[in-house]
Amino acid sequence: MAAMAPGGASSSEIYKGNASRLLLPTWVVIGVFLLVPVALMATYSFLTKEFRGGVIWEFSLAAYDQFFLDRGLFGDEPPRIEWTFITIFWRSIWQAGLATLLCLLIGFPTAWFIATREARMRTVWLLIVTVPYWVNLLIRTVSMKFLIRDEGPLNAMLLWSGLIDQPLGLINTNLAVQLGLFYSYLPFMVLPIYAAVERYDFALSEAAADLYAGRWTTLRLVILPVVKPGLIAGCILVFVPSLGAFLAPDLLGGAKSFMIGSLIEEQFKGAAGNWPFGAAAAMILMSIVMVVLLVYARSQTREAKA
Amino acid sequence: MKQLDLRRFPGFFAITLLCVVVLYAPLLVVSVYSFNASTSITNWGGVSLEWYVDVFTGPESPKFQRAAMNSLIIAVLAGLCATLIATSAAVAMHRAGRFKGKTATFALINLPLMVPEVVTAVASLIFFTAIGFSGGVGTILLAHITFCIPFAYLPIAARMQSVPDSYEQAAMDLYATPWEAFRLILLPLMMPGIFSGFLLAFIISLDDFLITNFVKGAGVETLPTAIFGAVKQGIKPNIMAISTLMLGVSVVFVTLSWLIGRSGQAKT
Repeated sequence: MAAMAPGGASSSEIYKGNASRLLLPTWVVIGVFLLVPVALMATYSFLTKEFRGGVIWEFSLAAYDQFFLDRGLFGDEPPRIEWTFITIFWRSIWQAGLATLLCLLIGFPTAWFIATREARMRTVWLLIVTVPYWVNLLIRTVSMKFLIRDEGPLNAMLLWSGLIDQPLGLINTNLAVQLGLFYSYLPFMVLPIYAAVERYDFALSEAAADLYAGRWTTLRLVILPVVKPGLIAGCILVFVPSLGAFLAPDLLGGAKSFMIGSLIEEQFKGAAGNWPFGAAAAMILMSIVMVVLLVYARSQTREAKA
Repeated sequence: MKQLDLRRFPGFFAITLLCVVVLYAPLLVVSVYSFNASTSITNWGGVSLEWYVDVFTGPESPKFQRAAMNSLIIAVLAGLCATLIATSAAVAMHRAGRFKGKTATFALINLPLMVPEVVTAVASLIFFTAIGFSGGVGTILLAHITFCIPFAYLPIAARMQSVPDSYEQAAMDLYATPWEAFRLILLPLMMPGIFSGFLLAFIISLDDFLITNFVKGAGVETLPTAIFGAVKQGIKPNIMAISTLMLGVSVVFVTLSWLIGRSGQAKT
């Protein structure tokens, strides 16, 4: 029997030979309800649109053509680059990037502070920072909208205190969207950095101090390079969901902060009703995300080898 | 003294406090305003439970109650199914040695986490439409089970990794069948992980708006889609009361899951 298997739990072979039976439900469910749908979506992006939703099963590059090329109002002019949708994607990348930066700037000090507490206090602080994440995302976003709208409590308080003499006008701006994204995904930044800082060996800081490095020099030259994997993991975990986010841009942003998520939603639920175009936009979004994840996975394996 | 100094950076505590304020201020403000007696959401008209009464008996209450019921049923069923599937997958990944396609399976389990939510939503809508499933509780449930699997898997697999297989080995040396070893030994040891996995999947299902909104079909609502529809016409006080109630439920669940996780750790 498998009694001779070496200790480590992950190499255990107790149920050897049953793997395919045990994994069948996983394969079937994720395969049928995610892999097949994504493949179908890829197919739809190459089909002809039917008005008011749906498709005609006829091969067409119209969706991608519409995304990238401008052929004039009647489609008979020489193609030029269509900037409308590229701009929306570019803005989404910007917004997600700035939200990630905001999370990093606030998340690193927070994670550092928590990780350097006593063991008991660490759990308490971690709980404090993660509890809001478990509150429904829609409710959190609506709450943020309620707080920062022009007639909202934030402006009322600032006006009352005399710090400002008219509302900040924060709502429906790009900054509001970044704030919303920051609010949505901050724990994704704090947790991996926390894990990295917790493993950090303070002998390194001592060595740096012995060599007359100041606090901030140590941070820049010793600590940040050591905890870098945690920083990168955090950035990816915030950037990827921010890129395709729907609620924060939809509820907190205005017409000028229209993002990928809303563009895609509009094709299926809204007035636009162009399924192949929506599928193509979703394909392009997924490609960007997959490239980010692949580059990350590559750097991970390279680091593991080094 | 010197070591303590190396751990401290000026301003980090202030940033942490700022972080906590930003995280809690919106929720706190909405909770406070849900007790506002005024019909305006801006002016304060004194403390009252008016809007909580409205949530349960008001003109919109049947709509929200049906939505809440749908949400609850879907979250419980999706959580249960995802937990069952994830437990079975975790046993295969951590107790069945090496097998062909293990890496690919690992990627497959995590796939729902890697595909952007809006892409999953679009793909599910296209798929269900193509095979002729009309949107409703059924399509929402199937979509939820799928994206809940990795969330249920994480704590279950983590727990299984920390339980050595020597107990099952011992049982099998005493002529237990593999099924008996699983049912009588592994399963009880796994319980805290399985319970955390279920809670996580449950909350993730309850939280979902985007995918649900795509596959739900006309007339069927869950709590988030109903709230979203209402908020589109402006934030009303009854929405704040519902939000505060949901907030309370989330806090209770997180605390519960934290306590169970801690008791699980204490036992081993």
